[in-house]
Amino acid sequence: MDRQEILEELKKVLFPYTENKEALAGITEETNLLKDLKVNSANLVDIIIDAESKYNIEIDFDSSEKMFTVGNCIDVIEEKLKS
Amino acid sequence: MDKWIVDPCRWRRTLPLTKILFIYDLKKTYNDILDHLPYKSSFRFVDNISSLSKDEVEGEYTLKENSFFYEDHFPGHPVTPGVIITEIMAQIGVVVLGIYLILQEQGDKPASFDGKVFPLLTAIDVSFSKMVLPGEKVTVISKKQYFRFNKLKCSVQMLNASKELVAKGIFSGFIKQR
Repeated sequence: MDRQEILEELKKVLFPYTENKEALAGITEETNLLKDLKVNSANLVDIIIDAESKYNIEIDFDSSEKMFTVGNCIDVIEEKLKS
Repeated sequence: MDKWIVDPCRWRRTLPLTKILFIYDLKKTYNDILDHLPYKSSFRFVDNISSLSKDEVEGEYTLKENSFFYEDHFPGHPVTPGVIITEIMAQIGVVVLGIYLILQEQGDKPASFDGKVFPLLTAIDVSFSKMVLPGEKVTVISKKQYFRFNKLKCSVQMLNASKELVAKGIFSGFIKQR
């Protein structure tokens, strides 16, 4: 799965937690989950749990701390898919 | 064989005592967790925890007739406010279970748990189906959906003394240690 494919799937994971749905349409790797998509920070845990079941991976606490932008999320997902 | 084991009179005398001690032990263990609750008297809505595991908690609270909110909600017609019902569900269903899970995670080094917790309710989706009047006893049953990165999400039900559903909902919150 390449980065573009991960991004397309990630959009579906982010959708229910995104307050700014318009920003989701123009999403890039630089899009910030909290600042741009206006995700409630408490829902980051739900995004991680949904991503885990979507990609069949396990995201540990240290990795979760890095997931600020869409690019950061893809980095973590890509790394976990390889291991 | 040992005479002690085969003597039926012995059994009859000893069994109930062991059972009583066992039940007493469990109750004591469950309610110890209440010492960790950060609430003061007028805003503490847990009397007893009757069952507690890493997946589920059940507890009770009896609404006090002289509680501060009845005087004004509503004058002459006291009814328990929905926010108080919600708070009872959150204290038993999320905070008690959350503190228990944190204690479990610490396992062999519970001494590092200083007992100062700071619960932060982040989302609720609750529906009410019955009124609760002053003096009523309610039971809260909460089932864990997940506990990750200190966030606890549960499906919570409240029943009245006749086992009728009073309210149910989905609650999530963080349990932070100060």
